Amino acid sequence: MNESAAIPASPLLLAAPRRWPDRAFRWVALGAALLIVALIILVGWQLSRGAHLAIAKFGPGFLASAKWDPVTDEYGAWPFIFGTLVSSLIALLIAVPLGVATALFLTEMAPVKMRQPVIMVIEMLAAVPSVIFGLWGIFVLIPWLRDHLFQWIAHSWLGYLPLFKGPIYGVSMLAGGIIVAIMILPIVTSVSREILRSVPNLQREAAYALGATHWEVIRIAVLNYARRGIFGAAVLGLGRALGETMAVTMLIGNRPEVSASLFAPGYTLASVIANEFSEANSDLYISSLFELGLVLLAVTFLVNAAAQLMLRTLTGSGTGKVS
Amino acid sequence: MKKLLFLALAGLVAATGASAQTLINGAGATFPQPIYTKWFSEYTKVDPSVTFNYQGIGSGGGQKQILAETVDFGASDGPMSDENLAKASHPLWHIPTVAGAVVVSYNLPDSPQLKLDGETLANIYLGKITKWRDPAIVSQNPDVRLPDIDIVVVHRSDGSGTSYIFTDYLSHVSPEWASKVGKNTSVSWPAGLGGKGNAGVAGQIKQSPGSIGYVELAYAKQNKLPYADLKNAAGNYVTPTIESITAAMATATIPDDFRFSMVNAPGDQAYPIAGTTWLLVYQQQKDPVKGKKLVEFLKWAYNDGEKMAASLDYAPLPDSVKDRVLKRIDEIQF
Repeated sequence: MNESAAIPASPLLLAAPRRWPDRAFRWVALGAALLIVALIILVGWQLSRGAHLAIAKFGPGFLASAKWDPVTDEYGAWPFIFGTLVSSLIALLIAVPLGVATALFLTEMAPVKMRQPVIMVIEMLAAVPSVIFGLWGIFVLIPWLRDHLFQWIAHSWLGYLPLFKGPIYGVSMLAGGIIVAIMILPIVTSVSREILRSVPNLQREAAYALGATHWEVIRIAVLNYARRGIFGAAVLGLGRALGETMAVTMLIGNRPEVSASLFAPGYTLASVIANEFSEANSDLYISSLFELGLVLLAVTFLVNAAAQLMLRTLTGSGTGKVS
Repeated sequence: MKKLLFLALAGLVAATGASAQTLINGAGATFPQPIYTKWFSEYTKVDPSVTFNYQGIGSGGGQKQILAETVDFGASDGPMSDENLAKASHPLWHIPTVAGAVVVSYNLPDSPQLKLDGETLANIYLGKITKWRDPAIVSQNPDVRLPDIDIVVVHRSDGSGTSYIFTDYLSHVSPEWASKVGKNTSVSWPAGLGGKGNAGVAGQIKQSPGSIGYVELAYAKQNKLPYADLKNAAGNYVTPTIESITAAMATATIPDDFRFSMVNAPGDQAYPIAGTTWLLVYQQQKDPVKGKKLVEFLKWAYNDGEKMAASLDYAPLPDSVKDRVLKRIDEIQF
């Protein structure tokens, strides 16, 4: 261990090392970190300033109201909050199992030669712009959903559930959720892969030594150890899902309605802001859109905070004991 | 080294100073952007000393920017409301440039030519007529084999002048629509799915059998979409064409401030869902040089530019309106 690495921990990092390049670097790094915090606070403050007209007029009822009428200047956020949460939840439910399974396959089971090409393909999925996903969705995914998958679901036993009732347009909450799932799949897969790779081999060997089968080793030693990390990957995916705009607005039907059916069209916070902001022609209208932006920021924070809380209480230290 | 840098800098300054170009900035509606772009490039041949910079940020943006006086002129598909106009610190004028139409497109097998009237259209968009074989539609189209399927209604999800004209028309022909929904660039639609932009609506129509939606005439023509003949106020079914749009404007009532609606115009051959787009200019121009150049450009646009409108699928102003506009332009002070 060389002595320049032994830097004493201090709350304000003022216990500076002697050499000036090290000191300078620490200040630059601190500055960068503070800049990010400052940016977030600035964004929140600007949104609040823009939203204050709407906040003053509608108060907390804004969050529960389902009316969105630019003609009578009455606005409410509930259908958009509902749409954002539901589409993100659907995306998570699809992408996390798929992503973790893919990551498991790549780290535990795939022949070595196969791994790199598959990883590359998944990374490329992450590079596709949102609008392209939207276009592909409109011309390829929606017709297939409308004519095949949704019909099949409606005619199977699932069709008795209120979740799958009503007319089938193709564009729907479910379609929005599916496209977001495809978009967050790469991030969930690659982060899970990193997490699974970091599981020490000792854990696996110990499980084998106790007589576990391959699947039991994965379940007991690998997944258990990686619980926290995989949860973190899911939260990262959720963060991206909450903000997805272009692809969602092309596939979700853009109807500010709360419906029990996943086949019904919906609307998300990001979509309505993208659609209506440039043509909003009254001060209260613009202010309400700002307030939706503030709500989206708040929802993102709350969901992340809730996830952190769940992480702490449910998984404990999560540093893998074989039990 | 330093001397070289100084000389280069001086040369640059001299070069920009020597060109003495007047730059006129405008911002606003995207609907007339193709014709404005053509006008700007043609006018540079007439007067090379002036260049234009136009940003298609939407009618709402155009109104905001001209009120903030960050641009020299604004452009809007819908007239400014009294509330917004009152925010102008000195008189702000609307001058109509070209007109367009909103057509009703649909996706039916064999793309038949449909005839529809305003009340039927309003009831479809209110969600009261839900099937293509509804008697209201069948009675107007006796020769068409309409399939027994549901109507999938499509509207614009983004705010737009096209929606404004369409909802303005529906408010005129249906008292129920006027009281329940109203007219605006963005409304609370009683039924239907939202598509983003003309492209979104057209894409949705193409993908959904039995759908109906509204798009700009220019867009429908360029993308070969079928569109319906609509019954006008005089009782005739009119096909949307450049001529029927100009006919609508010729018979519309146009007040002195040029803020008017030309939907459901009374003319015999007038197409009922038509609207004009405006430029927003101040009576008193801030900069005398720019003001002079702007007025010269406007006069050229109305005398010569209007002739280019039809080739881009816009309807030029009828002479009666054009003369009134030119008189108004004469009153701009700079």
